[in-house]
Amino acid sequence: MRGLVDKLSTKTIAQVEEQFETFQILNEEGEVVNESAMPDLSDEQLQELMRRMVYTRIWDQRAISLNRQGRLGFYAPTAGQEASQLGSHFALDKEDWILPGYRDIPQIVFHGLPLHQAFLWSRGHFGGSQFEEGLNIVVPQIIIGAQIVQTAGVALGLKRKKKDNIAITYTGDGGASQGDFYEGMNFAGAYNAPAVFIVQNNRFAISVPVEKQSAAKTIAQKAVAAGIEGIQVDGMDVLAVYKATQDARKRALAGEGPTLIETLTYRYGAHTMAGDDPTRYRTSDEDDEWAKKDPLIRFRKFLEGKKLWSEDKENEVVEQAKEEIKQAIKDADRTPKQNVTDLLGFMFENPPVNIREQLEEYTAKESK
Amino acid sequence: MGNWTMAQAITDAMRNELNKNEDVLVFGEDVGNNGGVFRVTEGLQKEFGEDRVFDTPLAESGIGGLAIGLALTGHRPVMEIQFFGFVFEVFDSVAGQMSRWRFRSGNTQTMPITVRSPFGGGVKTPEMHADSLEGLMAQTPGLKVVIPSNPYDAKGLLISAIRDNDPVVFLEHMKLYRSFRQDVPEEEYTIELGKADIKREGKDITIIAYGAMVQASMKAAEELAEAGFEAEVIDLMTVSPFDVETVIASVEKTNRAIVVQEAQKQAGIASQIVAEITERAILSLEAPVLRVTSPDTVYPFAAVEDAWLPNPAIIVEKAKEVINF
Repeated sequence: MRGLVDKLSTKTIAQVEEQFETFQILNEEGEVVNESAMPDLSDEQLQELMRRMVYTRIWDQRAISLNRQGRLGFYAPTAGQEASQLGSHFALDKEDWILPGYRDIPQIVFHGLPLHQAFLWSRGHFGGSQFEEGLNIVVPQIIIGAQIVQTAGVALGLKRKKKDNIAITYTGDGGASQGDFYEGMNFAGAYNAPAVFIVQNNRFAISVPVEKQSAAKTIAQKAVAAGIEGIQVDGMDVLAVYKATQDARKRALAGEGPTLIETLTYRYGAHTMAGDDPTRYRTSDEDDEWAKKDPLIRFRKFLEGKKLWSEDKENEVVEQAKEEIKQAIKDADRTPKQNVTDLLGFMFENPPVNIREQLEEYTAKESK
Repeated sequence: MGNWTMAQAITDAMRNELNKNEDVLVFGEDVGNNGGVFRVTEGLQKEFGEDRVFDTPLAESGIGGLAIGLALTGHRPVMEIQFFGFVFEVFDSVAGQMSRWRFRSGNTQTMPITVRSPFGGGVKTPEMHADSLEGLMAQTPGLKVVIPSNPYDAKGLLISAIRDNDPVVFLEHMKLYRSFRQDVPEEEYTIELGKADIKREGKDITIIAYGAMVQASMKAAEELAEAGFEAEVIDLMTVSPFDVETVIASVEKTNRAIVVQEAQKQAGIASQIVAEITERAILSLEAPVLRVTSPDTVYPFAAVEDAWLPNPAIIVEKAKEVINF
């Protein structure tokens, strides 16, 4: 009897896993391997996608260097994940809501957050999270998984307000181990809310490999338990990520429910710049293998094949990025320092007696 | 005017706000068709539809996340945690997320959420249902914690909580839901959050209490009166941040105080009140400020609840100890 049950369950899991083959459009050589899935993007849009990826790579390099000089605060490197981050973002409408994790700063900057504010957030200055009205993002989440249950709420809220918009959220492979990951997908599914959940499987939750996170072969298959759509995508292939997100968004808006997208990607750098040493948990062979899959190389090859990209064009983007980053740092430096009086003022709309008293105390101290 | 239980008064407050504002939503486990395990949301789904009053999947963290997301999109969520002992499952949403949202967004995003939940001892619930966890909430900057002691206050305070643009944890003592009735106006009214109420005036000692301990303190005050002592009873109503001005004014008048809470003695609301009195009114005191609390054990199994919880006799005893110091 025991043997029979074992066999049955193995068979069922295998049947589920078969449905989650990796979706890809461009191979590592930049060749289209899935013509029928090609998204309908203009030449300008294709170039813009590349521009954003190049820009982000330069920004990442600069951010790491600024962090080492002590000119930036908390920073989580993104190189390697550009296709996953920017490809998915490119499928959004400007009024869609983004609930980012702490590594998902490129998406919110391209959604409209000024770069100097991203730097202020990195430095731990509240000016980094004072979002302009109508910029539909939330402060990057630090608690793994919290943004996922919140996304179910934003999505239900958008549906109730009859908005033609979705809520999209990002986490990593470690985030898929959190209870909130399941609760968020399950709530969004139960309410048929327009949500898209992206898990950027970059192989490591700080140092713990994805194989130690779960016995599940894919993260995408976890959608099955919540009764929602799930897809695994080559996360180094910007066109595949774009297409998967665009389809998920359309389905969500058509009332066909939320989607979980697992993007297979890799972060070349450390988990964060706060003392993490990737050589402790990754081999250089592994790094080399993933470097060959680089999203920029493959998309560059694809565009060059279509005569849409050149070295000159790339250099132009690099220079523009450097210039804008320099300016953004200057703007961040010019922002007045925060003080305790500011912070006390942000606690409540109508400050209760303890806050009123402390405001008085710190106003006196800080106006000296 | 209705002669209502506290449960009815709370239902009426939610009905009032659901009527008043399309963005108010009431949700939680079993709050819809079933009307809540204490029938506090009875009839609301029928009246306002499943779109406004709805059941959630059984997952507290999901409920908290849902509330935050709904608040971001312009709603005023009134979320129920079925029993406050389950707050640990949603602690991140309440204490880690909605409480600091205004702060971390530099005052640009708000969380107008009311977290409603039954709590409190003396009704013989299973484990993890009755615990008084308001101290955990009070430790959290950015949250207001409100605990009414009667039907009239409950209605006015809950309407204020729902209209507040910051998160309010509104705790409803299970023993008070149906233990007595009171005249409650049918029309709307509000009671300001952060203000305490003097439930009985006196000159010999101040008894500071909240929730079910207000009734116990009122009984104790009657017994003290028979012994010739006039106790002033303050009902905090908002336990965090509490109305320090009313408390200090009273202590300066009576020169003596005890603080009564159902929660265990360690840390918590009573400790905070004693600290404030000591900082602000030490020279007015004729005796140490004592606390009447439960002992520092885990919340007990139902069979020993009565011995464990504070009661009027213990309050009288402590009050006399302070008066005769």
